Amino acid sequence: MGASQSGRVHMFQDLADKTGFSIEQINNLRNRFMYLTQDEDTLRREHLENISNLALNPIRRQIIEAFFDKRNLGEKEKGCLQEIGFEEFVMVLSFFRPPKPRTSDEEMKNIKKEKLRFLFNMHDTDNDGVITLDEYRRVVEELLSSYETIGAETAKAISDAAMLEVASVTVGQMGPDEFYEGITFEQFMQILKNVEIETKMNIHFWNLDKRTMQCGK
Amino acid sequence: MIQELTSRLKLNFPAQIIPRYSCFRRGSMFILVLGLLVGSLMPLGGASGSPGSGTGQDECKKNNGDEKNGNKTTKKSFPVLSLNYENVRLPFEISLWVLLASLMKLGFHLMPRLSSIVPESCLLIVVGLLVGGLIKLVGKAPPVLESNIFFFYLLPPIILDAGYFLPIRQFTENLGTILMFAVVGTLWNAFFVGGLLYGVCQLEGTNLAGVNLLSCLLFGSVISAVDPVAVLAVFEEIHINELLHILVFGESLLNDAVTVVLYHLFEEFTNAGTITVTDGFLGIVCFLVVSLGGIVVGAIYGILAAFTSRFTSHTRVIEPLFIFVYSYMAYLSAEVFHLSGIMALIACGAVMRPYVEANISHKSHTTIKYFLKMWSSVSDTLIFIFLGVSTVAGPHEWNWIFVVATLVFCLVARVLGVIGLTFVINKFRIVKLTSKDQFIIAYGGLRGAIAFSLVYLLNPKHFPMRNMFLTAIITVIFFTVFVQGMTIRPLVDLLAVKKKQETKRSINEEIHTQFLDHLLTGIEDICGHYGHHHWKDKLNRFNKKYVKKCLIAGERSKEPQLIAFYHKMEMKQAIELVESGGGSKLPSAMPSTVSMQNIQPKKPPQDRALPQLSKAREEEIRKILRTNLQRTRQRLRSYNRHTLIADPFEDGLDEILIKRKKMKELEKKMNNYLTVPAPPADSPSVARARLASDPQAWGLKSVTEIPTIKVELVSPQNPESVKVVDEFSKKGSQPKGSEEEGGLTMRVPSSEKQRKDKTPDEEPQPRFMRCLSDPGPAAEDEDEDEPFLP
Repeated sequence: MGASQSGRVHMFQDLADKTGFSIEQINNLRNRFMYLTQDEDTLRREHLENISNLALNPIRRQIIEAFFDKRNLGEKEKGCLQEIGFEEFVMVLSFFRPPKPRTSDEEMKNIKKEKLRFLFNMHDTDNDGVITLDEYRRVVEELLSSYETIGAETAKAISDAAMLEVASVTVGQMGPDEFYEGITFEQFMQILKNVEIETKMNIHFWNLDKRTMQCGK
Repeated sequence: MIQELTSRLKLNFPAQIIPRYSCFRRGSMFILVLGLLVGSLMPLGGASGSPGSGTGQDECKKNNGDEKNGNKTTKKSFPVLSLNYENVRLPFEISLWVLLASLMKLGFHLMPRLSSIVPESCLLIVVGLLVGGLIKLVGKAPPVLESNIFFFYLLPPIILDAGYFLPIRQFTENLGTILMFAVVGTLWNAFFVGGLLYGVCQLEGTNLAGVNLLSCLLFGSVISAVDPVAVLAVFEEIHINELLHILVFGESLLNDAVTVVLYHLFEEFTNAGTITVTDGFLGIVCFLVVSLGGIVVGAIYGILAAFTSRFTSHTRVIEPLFIFVYSYMAYLSAEVFHLSGIMALIACGAVMRPYVEANISHKSHTTIKYFLKMWSSVSDTLIFIFLGVSTVAGPHEWNWIFVVATLVFCLVARVLGVIGLTFVINKFRIVKLTSKDQFIIAYGGLRGAIAFSLVYLLNPKHFPMRNMFLTAIITVIFFTVFVQGMTIRPLVDLLAVKKKQETKRSINEEIHTQFLDHLLTGIEDICGHYGHHHWKDKLNRFNKKYVKKCLIAGERSKEPQLIAFYHKMEMKQAIELVESGGGSKLPSAMPSTVSMQNIQPKKPPQDRALPQLSKAREEEIRKILRTNLQRTRQRLRSYNRHTLIADPFEDGLDEILIKRKKMKELEKKMNNYLTVPAPPADSPSVARARLASDPQAWGLKSVTEIPTIKVELVSPQNPESVKVVDEFSKKGSQPKGSEEEGGLTMRVPSSEKQRKDKTPDEEPQPRFMRCLSDPGPAAEDEDEDEPFLP
């Protein structure tokens, strides 16, 4: 226990430096990780699906997929993993860490870009670098999936209108023969520049549920 | 006649004279109204604004008595024209004041130079001063701003307007910060100012020893409250960014509870004479009761209003009335129990808005919006004018030390309070408040008429220095409104504070805002963390499951927010279309030629059997079809509107929507047709048989059933029901193109016949109509003998 403890602290320090969390936060997350995986070493999709509150979320599938997506874990290759360790868990969660109070404008821009990249990867399920109409349509359908009375046509209409808007704003002039492939990352950044992602896409990490910490070890 | 004069003036004088001339015209109108006002006050006997109807009635009775006596002696001749001003005096004066206020507002906006430097509130106070001075010159006592009139008639419209249109999202996101500023900030201000003033009063050299601690504290509590009316008046003109606006404005609304409690507390204590610890404790309890009670009362009335609006689908005309009356009742009910009326009003407006908006018609919504804006605008103007008049009228007692000390302490307290509180708040906020933000928050703490009215209500018996308080308050109000109000705009520009973004919300932003909400809730659930998003999500789900079903009529209760947003966007665009004259091209903010077909994935390119039409030809064809097809009715396809209740008074808008949908689809289909290759060549008989079997294809009288023949011409992305009729119309105009290039693989017999009969430069319309009204294949028998392909 003693040896692994010091080893763990060492690992936590590395993680803290890499992701920007503090040691206490990483400790809390470790406890949560242990609770979710029931003390195993790796996290699989079933573990996340077992969370009862998550079952009511309309986009749970995409959220769960985001944890196993290689692109979010800093790897150059595309594809999904089947199970992830604690380090990857923390890395994905680091996308939601609020920026420190004294970040410069340059760093804020980078943070915003990273968060937008995370969102983009969530939409672009086939890893080809663009969000096609079908993918966007699926996003809208999932958002509306909790309402039973809405037909597929409405989702289609909305996603069509949204796509049209993106094309109009970013590309502008297109002849009737040209085909708009899909939303690239630069265009994605452009249409969402008013949403202030860097301040909105954050959660507080210091208020974990006491229950899980007790259930864990 | 005036126009002639103006035009002649334009010829002879340089252009600068003309605006001055119109100003002169306006100015003369003002003077006329002022004169009327002063003249109307001449018969006045009373010293206050309340009607001296008692004396009026006495005079009337005396007159009647005289008449009766006169009847005994001589018979008076029948009065053809008589003057009886006393009957209409009250409504006449009120109307005159309202008219004066509105004309002033009008005049200020005619002088753009002036209104860009000086905020409206300052100008109105100056006008009030002038009017008060005029009245005093005449020798009468000017009317003072009675507290009853202020609190029951002038204040509620402004607060209701603010509450109904409160941006809920930003408000709840910053609620913690706002509450801190409102409660802790006001308490700090009150005790700081009150305590220090007491210290100053105890100094020797001033003759203020009569002012006891409680009076000072009372005065401090009244003067420390930031005033919503003044804040609204100034902040509306500077267009500051939403965060700062909601912080200062929210604070000014929520500190009403604190002010009410402190005011009543200190008033009671002054009567009682001594304070104990229990009293202090009771004060805290009282605060909770006042604020939460006010909110509960408001919420109850809000739910009642929402529930009532569920049943108003047959009496649309009185819908706005329910909203106004319920809100006013909420305010009055709260005032009965000495609860915070402002908070009740805000709660009522905010609670009922989402449900009421889903239930009422579009026209009622516009009515409510405009009535609220109108009333609040008039109230606001009247308040500032009366403030100026009261300054001239009110009994003043000027004490240099007290007034200056008050002013200095108020400013210092505000600055210290904001800095201290921000230091604490920033530990809990994600988006920290910068020092620029802090400066604007401190600088935007304006005082206004509420403080004045509260002091005016004080009983002179208990508070012998009431006049001195009045003077001091008026000085502080003047200072904040004039100095701070005038300088805040250049300061905002100087400090480069972020301004409000004027861009419209796009559907992409809406989609992603919702997506983010769900995403963050999901991440919070994964972390096992019950944070802001978790509770918001729970509230939304509760709302959707239970509350919406009760309070929203019919099918709208199941409509998700995204759909509602989309629907609203469509309506806006449809209205734009109407206003642009129903032109052939849809107005769009961005000049772009991207249309739907650019986005739809295409089939892999096949050999094109159709000739390429030049772009000019395509445009011409499109234009013709568009103008001709506008009159036909086709059913909406891609948006499922029959799940929404149609408003019987909004047929016009439905038509517009249908028209627009139609045009969009037509564009889409035309583009697809003209660029998509022809289908594999059927044998002519099969083709004709296929088309002939559909009886609807040839008639376009009314389209209740869309023919559902699948023709491979159209790309699969289009709506499933293909409008075969359109195919024919397109083919009907094909010959124009084919004249230039030869080699069509498929041609409808009718078009050939038409080509033979008509000359090319005849109008396409009759040709087109002929195609549509063709009775059927039977009439074309002789054509079928011709070879299909030339």
